[in-house]
Order: sequence, then C-alpha cells, then structure tokens
Amino acid sequence: MTRFFAPRTWLAILAVAAVLLVVLPVLHLAVPQGHPLHVSSFWITLIGKFMCYAVVALAMDLIWGYTGILSLGQGVFFALGGYAFGMYLMRQIGHDGVYQSDLPDFMVFLDWKAFPWYWAGTDSFVVALVKIVAVPGLLAFIFGFFAFRSRIKGVYFSIITQAMTFAAMLAFFRNDMGFGGNNGFTDFKRVLGIPITAPGTRTTIYILSGVYLLLALVMCRYIVTSKLGRVLTAIRDQESRLMFLGYRTLSYKLFVWTLAAVMSGIAGALYVPQVGIINPSEMSPANSIEIAIWAAVGGRGTLFGPILGAFAVNGAKSWFTVAFPQFWLYFLGLLFVLVTLFLPRGLMGLFEMLRRRPAVKEQAPEAVEPSVEPQVAAPAPLPATEPVHTQSPSIPPGIAMEGKT
Amino acid sequence: MRAQVFRAQRHDFSLINSRALMFVIVACLLWLAGIASARAALDQSLLVQLGSDDPDVRVAAVRKIGASEDPRATVVLQAVASDALAVTNGRAVIVSDNNLVDAATGEAIGAAPSGLETVVVNNRLRGELDSALAGLKLSSPNRETRLAAAKELQGSDNDDLLPILQGALAKESDPGVKAILQLAAASIGLKSSDVEQRLRAAKALAASDDPQVRQILSTMLTKQKDGSYPEADERVRNAAQGSLDEINRRLRTVELGVSLFTGLSLGSVLLLAALGLAITYGLMGIINMAHGEFLMIGAYATYVVQDLFRSYFPHAFDWYVIAALPVAFAVTAVIGMALERGVLRWLYGRPLETLLTTWGISLLLIQASRTLFGAQNVEVENPSWLSGGIQLAGGLVLPYNRIVILGFALAVLAAVWIVINRTRLGLFVRGVTQNRSMASCTGVPTHRVDMLTFGLGSGVAGLGGVALSQIGNVGPDLGQNYIVDSFMVVVLGGVGQLAGTVIAALGLGSIAKFLEPFSGAVLAKIFVLVMIILFIQKRPQGLFALKGRSAEA
Repeated sequence: MTRFFAPRTWLAILAVAAVLLVVLPVLHLAVPQGHPLHVSSFWITLIGKFMCYAVVALAMDLIWGYTGILSLGQGVFFALGGYAFGMYLMRQIGHDGVYQSDLPDFMVFLDWKAFPWYWAGTDSFVVALVKIVAVPGLLAFIFGFFAFRSRIKGVYFSIITQAMTFAAMLAFFRNDMGFGGNNGFTDFKRVLGIPITAPGTRTTIYILSGVYLLLALVMCRYIVTSKLGRVLTAIRDQESRLMFLGYRTLSYKLFVWTLAAVMSGIAGALYVPQVGIINPSEMSPANSIEIAIWAAVGGRGTLFGPILGAFAVNGAKSWFTVAFPQFWLYFLGLLFVLVTLFLPRGLMGLFEMLRRRPAVKEQAPEAVEPSVEPQVAAPAPLPATEPVHTQSPSIPPGIAMEGKT
Repeated sequence: MRAQVFRAQRHDFSLINSRALMFVIVACLLWLAGIASARAALDQSLLVQLGSDDPDVRVAAVRKIGASEDPRATVVLQAVASDALAVTNGRAVIVSDNNLVDAATGEAIGAAPSGLETVVVNNRLRGELDSALAGLKLSSPNRETRLAAAKELQGSDNDDLLPILQGALAKESDPGVKAILQLAAASIGLKSSDVEQRLRAAKALAASDDPQVRQILSTMLTKQKDGSYPEADERVRNAAQGSLDEINRRLRTVELGVSLFTGLSLGSVLLLAALGLAITYGLMGIINMAHGEFLMIGAYATYVVQDLFRSYFPHAFDWYVIAALPVAFAVTAVIGMALERGVLRWLYGRPLETLLTTWGISLLLIQASRTLFGAQNVEVENPSWLSGGIQLAGGLVLPYNRIVILGFALAVLAAVWIVINRTRLGLFVRGVTQNRSMASCTGVPTHRVDMLTFGLGSGVAGLGGVALSQIGNVGPDLGQNYIVDSFMVVVLGGVGQLAGTVIAALGLGSIAKFLEPFSGAVLAKIFVLVMIILFIQKRPQGLFALKGRSAEA
C-alpha cells in the first residue's frame, strides 16, 4: 500500500473531500437561507453534477490516457446508466403524473395500454441498481469483444464508437422505443419513496456522488499502479510488441473498456436524479467528444488531471453559457485546438512545467515536426514505469508536489 | 406563328395515338347514334320544357341542352342559373335588361312585360346546371377553365355528358386535364344505368394513372354488409378487377424504378459528402472531423453567390449555381490548405489528437457561421432548371435537382479520378501515400503535396456543399448531419479506395431507401449503422482491402 498515494497527497485528497462532502452539505442544510455562509441548492446540484462528470473523465482517462483507446461513445454509457435509473424514477412517480395513470405520461400520450416487456421489474430499486451496472457493461462488453477481437484500433475504433453513439441517439429519439423519445424522462417525484427535491435527498445524492468519485479515484489509482496498469500503458505505447511477448491484449483491453463503461453508467445514474432529466441529447456524439476534452485539458495519463479538467471545462461552460452564450463554442473549439497543439499533457503538465522551470528549463515535451511514420508517437510520452509522477491534488494547485512513491 | 404550327403538328400527332383514336371513334359512333336528337333539340320544343312544372322534365331538359353542342347552350343554361329564363306563350325567352331575347336563336323580341315568371331553380336543378355547364366548358381554349370543369364533372352522374367528355378527352392534349377527364368519364360511366356503358368505363380505367382510380375500383369490388357488391353486374366487376390488377402492376414497376432512383440519389449525396473525405482520410490518413463543416461552407458559399446574383445579375439568376461551383471549391480549398499548414501538419502521426483538434475546428467553424449568417437556416432557392421534375404514373415525381445531383456526383467522381490517376499532382499524391520518405528522396515536395491534397479534398467537399444546398436546408448544423455518414462510407468502402467509396455510398443509399418503407427512415438509418459496425468486425479493412505494406499503416 505504500505505492498508493504519498502521505501528503492523501492529506490533500482528504482535505478536498472534507470540504466538498462535509463542509458544503452542512452549510447547505444547517445554515439558513439568506445567511452569507449558506450554500444554495444551485451550487450543490452544480458541484454534484461536476463530480459525476469527473468520474466519466476518469473513466475516459483510464481507457484513453492509459490504454490509448479513444472512445467516442462514453456519453452513451453515461446516458444508459441514467436511463436505467430513470426508468425506476419514472415508476416512482406512481399516479402523480399529469394523467394519473399506472403508466408514465409519455406512454399514456402514445396511447399505450401496458408496459413493454423491457420495463418489467423497473419498479424495484434493486433491479434498477443491477441494470445501472449491467446495461452499459453488457453493451460495452459485447461491442468491445467484437471490436477488439477484430483488432480494430486507433482512429478506426474511435469512428465506430461514434457510429454506435449516433445510432444509439437516433434510436432513443424514437418514440416507439418506449423511453420517452425526444423528451426522455423527467418530472421525477420520489426516490425510494422519499421526495426527490427535498434538501436532504439532494444532499444525500450529492454526497453519494462525492464518495463515488473518491472510490473511483482510489480504484483507478489501484489499477494504474498495479501490474495490470503497466500492461495497459504498454498497450498504449506498443501493442504489437506486447502481443509478441505473449500477452493477450484482448482481455486487458476488454476489461478496462467495460470497466470504464460501468463507471460512466453509475455516474450517469447519480447524475439523473440531480439534474432531474435524462434525454437522448445526452447521447449526441458531440457530448461524447467533449468528455475526451475534459481528460485532455486536465492531463491524460494522470488521475487528478481528468478530475480537474472536468471541473474546469464544465465550470467554464456554466459560466460562459450564462455570461456569453454565443462565445462558448468558440472557447470550446479553441480549447480543443490549443490543448492538443500546445498542452498535450494538459493542466497537470503545465503545473509541472511551471514547477520545474526554476530548476531546469525544459523544452516543450512534444516533437513538433511532422512525423514521417504515421501512428507511432504516443499521445503523452510518460515513463511507463512511473505512470503518475505528479501527484499534486487537483485543488489547490500549490500544495505538495513531491511524487515519491 | 411557328410555335403554333408546331403545336398543331404535335396535336395531330397525338391523334394518331391509338387510345385517342379509339376515343374518337367511340365518340363519333355515339354521336351518330344518339346525339342527333339532342342536337336537333336545341329548339323551342326542348327549351319550353325548362318551364315545365315537373322537376324531372326540367332536369331532363337541362341534361339534353348540356349534351348538345349548340353554341347557344351555354347562354341558355347560364340564363337559367341566373334566373333570367322564362317561358311565355309557348316560347322560351331570356330576359336581359328588361328586353326579351329568343332563347333558341338569340334574336331580340322586344321589351319584357312586367310580371314575367322566370324558371324556378331548386338545388337539384342547380347541381344539374353546374355539371351541364362544366361539360360545355370542356371545349374552352383556356387550360384552367377546362381543368376546373373536369374537376366539377367528377361528382356528376349525368351520363348524357359522357359523349361530350369522351369527345373532350380525344381533343385534350394537356396531361393534367386529361387525367382528370378520364377519371370523370369513368366515374360517370360507372354510375350509368347501362351495363355496357359501365363495362366500357371499367375497362377504360385500366389506362388511368390517377391514384383515386384505384380507390374507386376497389370500392366497387368490396363486398358490402349485406353481401352484395356496389356493382351488381359480374362482368363489370371482372372488368374492374382486371383494370385494378393492371394499374397495380404498372404502379409496382414505376414504384420499383422510383425507389431505385431515390436510393441512387441518396447514394450520390453520400458520395458527394464522402468523396472529399476519401481523399483526406482515405489517401492522407487525416481524420478531419471538420469535413462536414467544409460541406457547410460550400453551401454557404452558394448562398452568398446566390445573393450576389440576385442583387447584381438578376437576369442571369438561373445560372448562379454554376458560378457557385468554382467559388465554393476555391473557398473551401483555401480554408482547407490554411488548416493543413496552420494546424494539422503539427499533428501528423497522432491521429487521435488530429481527431480532437479538427473537432474543435468544426466547432469554431459552426459558431463562425452562426455569427456571420445567423443561427437560422438561410434560404437557397433552386434555379428554375432545377425545380420541378418528371411526372410519373401514380403521382410519383423524379425531381430534376436529384437527377442533376446524381449526374454531378458522377462528374465530380470522374474529375477526382482523373486528378488522382492522370495528373502529375495525382502521381505525387499516390507516391507520398505509398512511401513518403522514398517520394521525398526522389524530389517530390511532400509538404506541398500534403497541402494541395488536403486542399483538393476540402474543395471537393465544398462542391458537395453546393449540391447539398440544392436539396436540403442550409444552416450551421448542416455538416454535423453528414459527418458520421461520410466516415461510414469511407470506412466501409475501404480506406484509400475510390471505387470502394463509390460502391459503399451507392450501396448504403440504396439499402437505406430499400429499408425505409418497412421500417421508417430513422430505423433504417440505425439499422444501416449497426450493419456497418458489424461488417467492420468481419472485414476491418472495408469492402476493398488494400493489399501489402500500406495496409498496415
């Protein structure tokens, strides 16, 4: 366990976790509204949402940053988890819908008389929990099995994941699918019989999201520091060499791909009750690509980077879409261009560079000449023996930098 | 003058058409057989019947007058309709401005006496009057008048009008009016009390292409609740069944042709969208997620050229699309080359980064087009030679713009093929694709070739944009709708293979259109996507695999 996190890193993680998971909820629940220290439900929902995004960014990092598989379908798994839990939430509405029917409003609207077969068991919380894991996991497993078995890799894989995303979005936009079509699921009332908008419920889900993020972080750290993690990085850097050495890369890739899908699915399930809606636009290809940029902005191949990236990009999005809605896409587009061109290691790489500058003035890590041989350079040439050597916690950036393991 | 001569000739020519000839013969026979009485009838002995107290007699008189070809018939019937006809002293007269005119001859008789009772027109009589007048209007030289009259007649059951209708049919040259006339003649004929008449009508309907005909025929053949048919005579029913079968057979052939065409048309659109990508991705290996936005820029270039033409050369407006082609090509090619030199060349060999960067560029281009042209779709008008289409049986249409785009796609394809396979640039492109360092050693300016190739691919996308502007909405999101499809086409066809791209595009288009009637457009699209994903598992190199070393790249 000594390799896990450096003591100072642990300290920083726990400090941030304490602020986010204890102080903020207390300020939200215990301090009366209007008091300057009161944290409004807006902030609780916003940060809760970001924490779910952060898990997805972590999952993205695991498959892209560490294993070199750029998935453009992470949004689908996120949304599938959300839909799986959303079905349960729809059943919890009971007779309080507009039509006061057994069926959700959109089914009444479509003149359906009974639940379709795949809605069976959706009223059970346990079944919902199983589905949140099973649906994205199974889809990823099947898709990944066939894709990896055919040795589809690199951009090819990215493109077919995008095709999958596109197909899924089109499918969920259809009313006949029985998932609410365009509008998706919304207007939730209860979860486990408790009103969903009550401050207590909201705070509980918020804390659950935070705990989940913490667990995901620890799990990812465990994976990337284990032997499995080494193999994953090796797959990223030289898959064919690894295969010559006798590794069955298929099982490694399939494992990490499915794990990332399940992580995203659970994040989606936590996300839906907080924002109160899930609809097919969550599955749009653009959303899935945005997830990649969260990881890229923070820094691929680090674990704190994607979390930082998810908070930074989505924070910027929330601010821009209110302050300058017409400039958000310019900003996002520039972010894509500039980060890939000038910050291949993201914010984490930038911090490290700034920290090291006084000692040794380093050149920019990336070779800028067009490479003659295509598809050689790894995205972020990190030493494979030491996957994470900047172990600074995400916030604040000034603390503990020494990365001894 | 000359035009008239031509039209007359064409008219004569159409008379030679056997079907028309048949109608003429039928009409002549009928005319000889029965019309003689009607023709002789437009004299006072018939006209005074309009003043009869018996409504049936009045109706019969109106029908006979309508069927006569006397030039006075219209005047008389209109007079009845406007309450201006009176029967006085055993003579039918028309009151106009307090003067009396003889209804049969039109000669003035003198001042109208006061208290003259005009013929009473009730609703039934008015209906008869309308269809009789419509029958008379069929000989009008005005197309609109004839069309309106033919429509009016569809609801009539006055079989005295039949000979007139058939005579009009024989003379009618306008296909639109003719179709309605046929329908009217047949529907009147089917209501006739004469079995032979009904039989003839049922048989004649086989030639009709109107979708309503099928409905009329199948209504005749549907058993009613009491077990009887609307049509009592079995021979007529058999004839109707025969006609229905023939119409269905003909429609099926046409529909098959049309769906084949729409499939090819969708395929040609996909081809135009994907052809540029086949160059930039297929040959150069650059993942350009902004490819769709080059289509969009091409479409907006068309829009700008259109507006310029509207303002400065309104008389040449029809040709703005032609002018838009080089403009769109130049604009997108320049943007593409700038992109390649400015951004993409730093990312060669890092395809995943290229993907993200170009996605960012696509966002920038989308937002830029919103800033420049607004978030709403802009209106791009089809020039007159691209609007309309070829009318086919059963109300099906082959639009001209689709036909032209099909041809255009093939032309662009040919041009790209020539550039790649027959020019010096193409030779360099192939050389650099196959072995960059060797090409460089032999003096090929590889960086210049990269730039020009990317420019070519982008320019071809711009040309695709011009075509897309003619068939769909032009808005900032235009490119987003095509990007996934374009990549699917290139990936399915096999990277680096023009022939594969063509077959994949046309094949995907046809399959999607073939599935559409069974599943609806969205499900067809999903199905196609899933099929491609499955297919790539089986053949990761696409339909046409590159053989040899470059396949590993």
